[in-house]
Amino acid sequence: MTGSRERILGRVRAALADVPRDERPDDVAVPRTYASAHGGDPVPTLVDRLEDYKASVHRVTAGGLAEAIAEAARRRSLARLVVPPDLPAEWTTATPATIVRDDGLTIDELDAVDGVVTGCAVAIAETGTIVLDTGTAQGRRAVSLIPDVHLCVVRADQVVNGVPETVAQLDPHRPLTWISGPSATSDIELDRVEGVHGPRILEVIIEEG
Amino acid sequence: MSRTFVGMPDFPTAAAGATHDPQLRHNLREATHTIRDKRDSAVGELDDWAQLRAAGKAIKDRTLRHLDGYLEQLESAVTAAGGTVHWAADAEEANAIVTRLVRDTGEREVVKVKSMATQEIELNNALDQAGITAYETDLAELIVQLGDDLPSHILVPAIHRNRAEIREIFLRTMADWGVPAPENLSDQPAALAEAARVHLRRRFLDTKVAISGANFAVADTGTLVVLESEGNGRMCLTLPETLISVVGIEKIVPSWSDLEVFLQLLPRSSTGERMNPYTSTWTGPTDGDGPRNFHLVLLDNGRTNALADEVGRQALRCIRCSACLNICPVYERTGGHAYGSVYPGPIGAILNPQLHGTSDPVDASLPYASSLCGACYEVCPVAIDIPEVLVHLRERVVSEPGHAAEKATMGAAGWVLNDGRRLGLAQRAIGAARSMVPRHIPGPPSAWTDTRDLPDIPEKSFRQWWRKREKAQEDETTGARQPREDGAEGRQRSDRRGGERS
Repeated sequence: MTGSRERILGRVRAALADVPRDERPDDVAVPRTYASAHGGDPVPTLVDRLEDYKASVHRVTAGGLAEAIAEAARRRSLARLVVPPDLPAEWTTATPATIVRDDGLTIDELDAVDGVVTGCAVAIAETGTIVLDTGTAQGRRAVSLIPDVHLCVVRADQVVNGVPETVAQLDPHRPLTWISGPSATSDIELDRVEGVHGPRILEVIIEEG
Repeated sequence: MSRTFVGMPDFPTAAAGATHDPQLRHNLREATHTIRDKRDSAVGELDDWAQLRAAGKAIKDRTLRHLDGYLEQLESAVTAAGGTVHWAADAEEANAIVTRLVRDTGEREVVKVKSMATQEIELNNALDQAGITAYETDLAELIVQLGDDLPSHILVPAIHRNRAEIREIFLRTMADWGVPAPENLSDQPAALAEAARVHLRRRFLDTKVAISGANFAVADTGTLVVLESEGNGRMCLTLPETLISVVGIEKIVPSWSDLEVFLQLLPRSSTGERMNPYTSTWTGPTDGDGPRNFHLVLLDNGRTNALADEVGRQALRCIRCSACLNICPVYERTGGHAYGSVYPGPIGAILNPQLHGTSDPVDASLPYASSLCGACYEVCPVAIDIPEVLVHLRERVVSEPGHAAEKATMGAAGWVLNDGRRLGLAQRAIGAARSMVPRHIPGPPSAWTDTRDLPDIPEKSFRQWWRKREKAQEDETTGARQPREDGAEGRQRSDRRGGERS
């Protein structure tokens, strides 16, 4: 389709005849006077925003993580939990659920588990967003997508205030998934319904200290 | 299958029908007011909204003024990341490219993420003619597709349907497309959403090809970005083997860091949320994660026409948030179908005539589909001056052949309005003739009165009424021999007396 490529680029150049030939992109000033964050205490703000999205949030101290995961699994009656291959083993030692490591499970095998446990790359306090970048303890994207319950562990030191700080931290060459609450739709008379195609339940466990 | 907008009536004709549908007006009013209230509070949380908006506008202007360079940069970055870039000059070419790419996979079914670009080029029809079935997976798009209907809003395409209608559509049609709706389906939104989940679940897990659009394409990294809520986007972007994204050439942002602006502007302007539930980004395919093959189809389809217009170019800044629809008093009363295009509302009124030209009566009528109240400009997160572009396009429409009556009327109006004496005479003549004025005017002005009720003509013109009122006040004041310190106080007193009398 070289023909169309040249045609489109030719049209674009012709359309921009008014732009001075010596103008560079940087000559078009972009005022960056907006805030990098909007204040607030990150962890309490994150909790508030997540709950606003109908996610369940638990704050635990170091050492309380395994029990918090086990408790969530019991509360949600999760018999089989899938975990990324590099999820720290001690996170799931207390849970009675069967732990299935994702060593390349098929889509149907993933569909047959009740829930998933992951960590995250970063969490944005002021928007209540958790970002997964498939790094340590996060697994591939399908793992946090197909099971109906997502238990996500956020360390307090992974919480940042705002979106600009987050974008600056992330590597765009990784596959990124930003999650703000469970799957939701407002397509029917604008009534918000939690749970359509993604996980219907998001439980966030924030590990502090 | 999806119907086309071909043969739609022009805006005034379509709007006349819609404004007489009380159910539609009720639905629209509820919906637009709900979303605009949510937007207000989400935007109100950020005290630097004006600065974000200015940055968003400037980033898009930078992109548009140097679009050729950014397109080449995006192409290199996507290619370097392992994707394949295709260029489509128009809808026909884009559809041919996508059809060929799907055929090359040997598949006959595709799942789709909601995408305005593919609606615009009527991709589903083209695929259908090639024997390929496209399944819409966004709940609202599914409702539209199953109901053999047309979308009426950018963000919530089935905004014109209520829950009872949706239940009926699901019960009647789901079985023809796959998993049927449960027989005892209620009209509760949760039950309807669950029916959609069950209907599409297997489809997501099994389909090998997905088609999406993109909210943003980052030139320096080759990253594509999709924002959504339901998880249907994540399903389509993660599970199939091949992903084909059809993206308008104006969707570019120069650099990765520019997303820090748009990921704040878009969700708050659009759904009134601090952040949408799911955002997925991908930079080419990744081994063992997501599709193995990624194709990006860059679409012109009239965008370079808009780019060539120095006033109209700003319409290409649009990030499809739909805030302008939700605030628009005209959209609120007519709904999206009246605009005869996938881009309804104020943005559609300036985008469509630029993408398609104004030779078609539907497109030529759109610059008039506005009261020029300016609310759309106020809420636009990238500060598109929609009223400015509307007026500019009106000039273009009337400068084209075929508007003799309008030009003659405006000429006559100018002659009358330029001279106070002529205006007075004309007004008196009109007032005297009011009983003889028909509801509909024959001849060329019928274009106006066929779709509007002619307003009642008052007995007196304002000037006549004012003169009489001033005279009466003067008589009254002189009669009471009351001194008058200044005009304002005089007016106040006379008002007070008027109150006492009544």
